[in-house]
Amino acid sequence: MNAYDLYLISPPLALAALAMLVIVVDLLTRRTGLLVGLSFVGLAAPAALSAWQVADLTGSGASELAAEGSVVLHTLSIDKFSLFFNFLILAAVGLVVLVSTDYVRRMERLQGEFFGLMLLSATGMMLLVSANELITMYIALELTTLPLAALAAFLPNGRSSEAGMKFLIIGALSSALMLYGMALIYGFTGSTRLDEIAAALSAGAAAGAFPFGSMAILLAIVLLLVGFGFKMSAAPFQMWVPDVYEGAPTPMVAFLSVASKAAAFALVLRVFYIGFDALGGDWWVLLAGLAALSMTVGNLVAIAQRNIKRMFGYSTVAHAGYLLVGVAAVASATDSETFGPSSVLFYLSAYTAANLTAFFAIVCIGNRINSDEIYDYSGMVRRAPFLAITLALALIALIGLPPTGLFFAKIYVFAAAINTGESLMTWLVIIGVVNSVVSAYYYLRVIKVMFLQTPIHTERVRASWPVNVALGVATLALVWLGVAPMTLLGAAERAVSVLAGG
Amino acid sequence: MPSGFNGLLTATVFLPAVAALLLATGIVRDARSIRWYAGIVALADLVLSVIVFVLFQPGGDRFQLIDRFDWIDTGTVQASYLLGVDGISAPLVMLTGLLGLCAVFVSFHINDRVKEYFIWLFVLQTAVMGVFTSLDFLLFFLFWEIELVPMYLLISTWGTGRREYSAMKFLIFTILGSAFMLVAIVAVFVSSGVGSFDMTRLLEPGGALDASRAALPLGVLFWLFFIAFAVKLPTWPVHTWLPDAHTDAPTAGSVMLAGVMLKMGGYGLLRVNAGMFPEQLANFALPIVALGVISVLYGAVVTLRQTDLKRLIAYSSVSHMGLVLIGIGSVAVVGGALTDAGLTGAAMQLFTHGTITGLLFVAVGILYEKTHTRHIPDLGGLANRMPILAGAFLIAGAASLGLPAMSGFVSELLVFFGAFRAFPALTILAVLGIILAAGYILWMIQRTMFGPRPARWDGLTDASLVNTVPVALLVISIFAVGIYPAWLTDVFRDGLEPIVNAYNLGIAGSR
Repeated sequence: MNAYDLYLISPPLALAALAMLVIVVDLLTRRTGLLVGLSFVGLAAPAALSAWQVADLTGSGASELAAEGSVVLHTLSIDKFSLFFNFLILAAVGLVVLVSTDYVRRMERLQGEFFGLMLLSATGMMLLVSANELITMYIALELTTLPLAALAAFLPNGRSSEAGMKFLIIGALSSALMLYGMALIYGFTGSTRLDEIAAALSAGAAAGAFPFGSMAILLAIVLLLVGFGFKMSAAPFQMWVPDVYEGAPTPMVAFLSVASKAAAFALVLRVFYIGFDALGGDWWVLLAGLAALSMTVGNLVAIAQRNIKRMFGYSTVAHAGYLLVGVAAVASATDSETFGPSSVLFYLSAYTAANLTAFFAIVCIGNRINSDEIYDYSGMVRRAPFLAITLALALIALIGLPPTGLFFAKIYVFAAAINTGESLMTWLVIIGVVNSVVSAYYYLRVIKVMFLQTPIHTERVRASWPVNVALGVATLALVWLGVAPMTLLGAAERAVSVLAGG
Repeated sequence: MPSGFNGLLTATVFLPAVAALLLATGIVRDARSIRWYAGIVALADLVLSVIVFVLFQPGGDRFQLIDRFDWIDTGTVQASYLLGVDGISAPLVMLTGLLGLCAVFVSFHINDRVKEYFIWLFVLQTAVMGVFTSLDFLLFFLFWEIELVPMYLLISTWGTGRREYSAMKFLIFTILGSAFMLVAIVAVFVSSGVGSFDMTRLLEPGGALDASRAALPLGVLFWLFFIAFAVKLPTWPVHTWLPDAHTDAPTAGSVMLAGVMLKMGGYGLLRVNAGMFPEQLANFALPIVALGVISVLYGAVVTLRQTDLKRLIAYSSVSHMGLVLIGIGSVAVVGGALTDAGLTGAAMQLFTHGTITGLLFVAVGILYEKTHTRHIPDLGGLANRMPILAGAFLIAGAASLGLPAMSGFVSELLVFFGAFRAFPALTILAVLGIILAAGYILWMIQRTMFGPRPARWDGLTDASLVNTVPVALLVISIFAVGIYPAWLTDVFRDGLEPIVNAYNLGIAGSR
């Protein structure tokens, strides 16, 4: 281990150090403002280190930053792909920290732990997106999940405890199954490194005629998908989603719904596009099936929800489905190989902006009216015009309408799917667009309640300035991606170049 | 490939949006000033759109007044901000400007949330203008989708009756249609050899799309687009959102909906289905004309028994839009020599129906404002209390049933000219629809304007000056087209010529 190794892992290290610092500072002072300020400003360190790594990477022209003989070689891959996600995760965690200001003020104690746990989880995500090897992945995944389970159970009420417990138990179950899948992979390929797994599988795939190389590989992939499906909140592994979304602290749900999802999709892209590249012709069918199921289940069940957080729980399941369409879009032509993955990256960014906007508005409103029932949002445009308009914009985005980033993201994902030339994928796109129509119904219902119904109370709903700033930034990002998607599209396409030709 | 940046179209399209943004920031506050502000903006936009129409030179480049810059340009996606008009879209842009002004003037009586109302009306106008002028598929689709939200809010907030139900129905139908279009656009884009959303390339003679390279079979693409546009047009059997939306929308909403938004469907059929898929149009001519005839007859029969004025006009729109389908389908049949009369008629019908139905809805709006009812049996004998209004009804009605010297006559005649040579039997059936039209229009006018007047209408006053402006504008346009149609038909014919040529080419190729 030398200084260069430390430099390679410096962004997650800095984040972990920040988490510790926040917890220690909490012991010394009771001022919420200071904790929020520290957590937010402290994020500049990992961000700056990541930016430095980007500059390094661009300067050297190499695909990843790792010297021969380094201990992180073959364990973590610091490349444009992982750095793209570093920034996405940091942006999400930064905004969520700001938005938590009003929320944690109401807590009696453990304010520092709230931020500390969130930062620790983000550390895990940063490791996860660069993990290049199965055991590292597993550890990073646990580091991501355990703080989130604690956060879910943070509130002193039954629902929150239930949320934490469900998250923990179902998470543990799916981790165990995933670990079993990893063990099988190791058993059949003799390695935990993705590149060696790929080499072993392509040798095996060339020899055998069985679709996945063998029945055992198929079993291993299915088991892995159980674990990943839990993290992606894809159906049929979505049972925990509505309860956790409803019971857990809302800022944590905002964080969970975007950052955790992004990290999970990064993991899936890396494992499938690098590790199982040789089986490309086979596994996309599994993912396409999950995609169809997630979209349909998520959207249909969301219609029946009366609690806005539960509704968003099912909405996130549906969006996992749209994202899986992009993952399953494995192009046969080499020149458009990265079309699917880059569409996923763009979708994740646009989804992050939209979902954060929505949840931030929900945090503010819920904080004031002490309710998450959609019915209690009636006439919100009179009580809180800014919150209502931003929430409406986010809902319009989630339907996939312009002028928002998700409009392009959906087109991009569907284009990647049709581009594969598989008739099955065309059908998947049709399922996807019909689902978008279904989703319009329940998203618009919230807009309708907020804009058309008369308010039950007339009391104004206000939020403090950091919350408004975070909300404003998220909304701007949402619209900016819809008007000028070019910069991010380009970045996404550069980022996924490491997945090509594996 | 057209390039350059003229700026006129961008100004025309975005003037209302910018005005809406200024309105949102609160530069104008009290309701009265907002109304006049809206009137001035709409007038300015009308002037701009008339300039667009006048500057468009038939016989010049196919697409003129180009505004273009690269919008998205990455390894896999190329899209540009590309606005331009040809002979098909230039008149429709002017129509949008005209009806936009009318919509503002009929909205002067709105007292509830005036600011928001005009904001949404302006956003709507930008979206519709954008649809008519975009020559890039991505941009086209973006404007197509943007239009949904303001219309939804206009109906559900300022509408009447079951407004929330109608607004949701409108939205779900349209969004379902555009979902099919999205699949088609994406498939066109990923077809090898296309790789961009540039419509002008796809519209070139011969077309960049050919069957061997398309991501989906061309016939499938044709129908995917057709469904989206048919919902918007609307044609039987996907018309059911229209009567509800029309009936419950505020007057300006109905004017915009009937006047220009239905035209988006017809425009899409001409631009995409006829322009890019000439061979498929030839193959599917019969089902398209048949759908048109069903729409004409079904719409007319259902119209006969409506008692709500707005619902009556809404169903008559279904009937009249059927003629557009007949016109478009009829070009696809060669009776020795090819004729483009039907196609020109379809395009003309888009324009004339916009002005005529616009006038009818304006008139009903004024009537409703005075009497608070649209129920025909409640009305009667209003002509001598409201002569201007009665005049508007008479002129619009006469134009609607195709009386010579008025605009409806020109377009219907052209459609039937074209269609009769191709499908004589079906055309004769469709002509029955015109006879029925005479029935429902005259009957409606007779029951509302003439006959005994119930005593409670004795105190009615005629249309105010503000309301007379849109009436006068639309009446002028109806006669202008009816008496000397060439100023419009020449432009349309110029825009349709490449389609006819491409069609000839396609037929020659398939032989």
